[in-house]
Amino acid sequence: MYPYYEQDWSVLPPENNRRFNPAFNMATIRQAFTEAVERVRMPTPTRLRDLIRQIRAARTAAEERAVVNKECAYIRSTFREEDSVWRCRNIAKLLYIHMLGYPAHFGQLECLKLTASTRFTDKRIGYLGAMLLLDERQDVHLLITNCLKNDLNSSTQFVVGLALCTLGAIASPEMARDLASEVERLMKSPNTYIRKKATLCAFRVIRRILITGVTLITEMCENSADTLLHFKKIVPNLVRILKSLILGGYSPEHDVSGVSDPFLQVKILRLLRILGHNDPDASEAMNDILAQVATNTETSKNVGNTILYETVLSIMDIRSEGGLRVLAVNILGRFLLNSDKNIRYVALNTLLRTVHADTSAVQRHRTTILECLKDPDVSIRRRAMELSFALINAQNIRTMTKELLLFLEKADPEFKAQCSSGMILAAERYSPNSRWHLDTQLSVLIAAGNYVRDDVVSSTIQLVSSSPVPEQTYITNRFWESLQVANHCEDKQPLLQVAVWAIGEYGDLFMYGANEDEFERPTESDLITVYHKFLTSAQVSITSKQYALVSLAKLSTRLQQCVEEIQALITCFGSHLNVDLQQRGVEFTQLFGNYKHLRPPLLEKMPAMQISRISSQNGESGGSFDDNSPDVIENGLEIGGHSLIESNMNTMGDNTNILLDLLGSTDLSTGDLSLATDLSNAVHKKNTRNANNEATTSHSQDLLDLLDLDLSSAPPTMASITDINASAMNIMMGGLDLGGFEAQPTTLVAPPSNGNDLASMLGGLGHVDINSGSLLGELHTTVPAPQLTMAGLGPKLTALDKNGLLVQLEPVKGSDCMRIFMTTTNSSEHTLEQYVLKAAVQKSFKLQMLTPSDSMLPPGGVITQEMQVIATSNAALRMRLRIQYTLDGKQVEEQTEVSGFPEQQPAPSD
Amino acid sequence: MMLFMLLFSRQGKLRLQKWYMAYPDKTKKKITRELVTTILARKPKMCSFLEWKDCKIVYKRYASLYFCCAIEQNDNELLTLEIIHRYVELLDKYFGSVCELDIIFNFEKAYFILDELLIGGEIQETSKKNVLKAIASQDLLQEDETPQSFFDDHGLG
Repeated sequence: MYPYYEQDWSVLPPENNRRFNPAFNMATIRQAFTEAVERVRMPTPTRLRDLIRQIRAARTAAEERAVVNKECAYIRSTFREEDSVWRCRNIAKLLYIHMLGYPAHFGQLECLKLTASTRFTDKRIGYLGAMLLLDERQDVHLLITNCLKNDLNSSTQFVVGLALCTLGAIASPEMARDLASEVERLMKSPNTYIRKKATLCAFRVIRRILITGVTLITEMCENSADTLLHFKKIVPNLVRILKSLILGGYSPEHDVSGVSDPFLQVKILRLLRILGHNDPDASEAMNDILAQVATNTETSKNVGNTILYETVLSIMDIRSEGGLRVLAVNILGRFLLNSDKNIRYVALNTLLRTVHADTSAVQRHRTTILECLKDPDVSIRRRAMELSFALINAQNIRTMTKELLLFLEKADPEFKAQCSSGMILAAERYSPNSRWHLDTQLSVLIAAGNYVRDDVVSSTIQLVSSSPVPEQTYITNRFWESLQVANHCEDKQPLLQVAVWAIGEYGDLFMYGANEDEFERPTESDLITVYHKFLTSAQVSITSKQYALVSLAKLSTRLQQCVEEIQALITCFGSHLNVDLQQRGVEFTQLFGNYKHLRPPLLEKMPAMQISRISSQNGESGGSFDDNSPDVIENGLEIGGHSLIESNMNTMGDNTNILLDLLGSTDLSTGDLSLATDLSNAVHKKNTRNANNEATTSHSQDLLDLLDLDLSSAPPTMASITDINASAMNIMMGGLDLGGFEAQPTTLVAPPSNGNDLASMLGGLGHVDINSGSLLGELHTTVPAPQLTMAGLGPKLTALDKNGLLVQLEPVKGSDCMRIFMTTTNSSEHTLEQYVLKAAVQKSFKLQMLTPSDSMLPPGGVITQEMQVIATSNAALRMRLRIQYTLDGKQVEEQTEVSGFPEQQPAPSD
Repeated sequence: MMLFMLLFSRQGKLRLQKWYMAYPDKTKKKITRELVTTILARKPKMCSFLEWKDCKIVYKRYASLYFCCAIEQNDNELLTLEIIHRYVELLDKYFGSVCELDIIFNFEKAYFILDELLIGGEIQETSKKNVLKAIASQDLLQEDETPQSFFDDHGLG
């Protein structure tokens, strides 16, 4: 940064530029002599301007430091010697040094000494130093309070002025409290110079003290309601002053380019705003004057616009007439067209604040606002973008999106993420049809490239998966087209991810389905070549490769010829450096070898995903969650009960919003069929609290406890709920003895699509031996436990270790779900009876519990139980466990929460 | 209310700092450094406002000097520009076509003028004449007790 001084010495040095003549009198001459004598006694310190010159002459930073250090050392030594003659000059030098960023705290006390001096020069520099070197955080300035007190009582107005100014700048709460009475007195001073300063000072004092809530000012605070009322009365007065300001006389000293005292006008307008806020009467009184100001102010200069801006803010804040509001928005509209950037910025900012109050008026300026998106200034573009999002509605979504897409393409990286997410939200809310919605998502992905946030990827996938089949074919083709454009794979990875997902998922439709839109179809080998390119490119991220690999595996069941090529490509990944890709490679290779028959069912098409949008946005609060209700019930009930209830649910149709909140705390009696119509709870349904209700107790009360039902559309579904209740009850009762379960073994067999052997094969390893042996054996289903070394073993998690009871969870990652093996050992000397484990997971997981190996736990005994967890999103799994047992006839209940499960990929991508 | 005001040169050298809020020294330095680099990086055609942390920064360049104020969210940015302009006008009147060197060599005077214009971050006196009158009388008071120029003339200062 050196040399950083301009060589511009065209201006006369200040000393040649004498402005003040000394006043000569005997006293000063005498003083001059004494000081001259002083000077002979010790060397004269460098003058301030000489020091400044020296510092400015320094060529390097090191040189400058040397000069400063030398001077600082000298100043310190004079401070030590209590040199009072040159103290003022030394402090001034120190202040300059301080401004350059060097430490100057050692001058603090000297400043205080200066302020105590009787000379005005000393006081002036002393207080200046105090303001710069001290602030309200420092303790030293407690000492200054006394000094200030004296000076506040001085007869010289300028001394009082200095003291007030200092107090205004550095008043700490204590200081403010000590000096409040002085300030109050000065506020009544006849001298306007002092009165003005005192008033502002009081403002500061009040600010300080209000923060600490000191009692002195509470008196004033008590008056404040009163004060407000009082001030309301002066509204007409204010209006009159304002009127005289805009229409009246011309006072040249206060005006700024032809507008009389804009500072005062703005203050009055702001005061009016505060007084008129939520007060119809006062607002009424102001309407006229505000309109007058709004129309009469000259707008060619910044000053005029300043006042107009304040007027608009006031109009928007008070209860003004509709016409006035339109006028205000129109003023802002004019601002938008102004050539001055500052004015445009202010206009956008204000429109953003008022857009919610009066959208239609702002809508009229839409085109101008969209123009601002192209402004070269970042601040303006950002405001315009935010405002544009606020203006989008169902009518203008098409045009707005078109403009915003143009903006998005050219926008700076910092805007892209925010803009793309905003557009996706807007599209979700207002899209006219699904084709348009899909197209928009695609355009956003293309335009924003790598800056797209993850939420856009997942929401696009959700959208595609829940679209009708022709749309899926269409968009897959569009994705394929967009991938053809070169370099899309490197700087548009989110697009790549979504595209390969769609191609993998709908490969059959894409290659061999109906081709209504007459897209050009690639040959299978073209497709494989493209995949090969992605999977081997160094620029493609690991995440994208994961998408591509899974997609490729899916394609192997969708394509008709190129299966060998796919197999070869996948086999390559068996030795990939990335562990996850490697694991995936090995797993999929198995599906081409020994377990070929499992491949098609395993790689089935994903069911349509539910879009979990914020329900309040589209105004159908109930609608968004009815599809989730099966999720909610699922995990709690034992598997037999589960499937029954689920089937019941299905027959009830989609819009029966039932939330079986199994751990609900409300006790319900059988007769009470209104069943806790807890709507709000149902809508929010934050955590799925669910449990495994093994029906340990035979009391129906307990059962109802567990089936605490929440209804959101109550009356029509009453009957079916009763129905459910009854059937559920049956199951529970039946469940009391295991025979009841044995009666329906088919419902107990685990995952429906994959088949028994698959489930255990992917889940289990050796653990399956023990668990499935006892478990499945009990279900009369013989499952051979194959020896496979594929799935990842998770760490053993200890859920509970208390009173000799040790509950351990051992998660085992399978390809479609995570299996968790619970082992409970009893190392105490007591027998635990009716042992029941209930588990609940977050909403984004599906939990299925199989029957435990036993319900009685003798000393040294072991109970095992298996759970299956399927992830539907990327969250980390947490599990809440409730363990109940009877010990010596006494009910014992333990609760615990377990986390730290291995990460699980959400179902669609895995 | 204004939170602070900074004057710095195009080279990033601080020329004046006035803090109306109490910050620790370290924070002051950090704020100054950050603002100076941000503002110097902005192009001349950009607007004068900046959203920064929880306040707004209003700045304007006069010749080689940047005047930079931090104001609260609900303050009027355009008015702040006027305040800056008013301050520059005062400096100009006082020094007689002010330049950066005037402010370097007479920084204390620049502070005095600012203190007559603003107190505690609020505007105190909207009349140019009154401010200059107050400063002139105080200068006179100072001259009366110490005829500094007497020493200067005789090479004693």
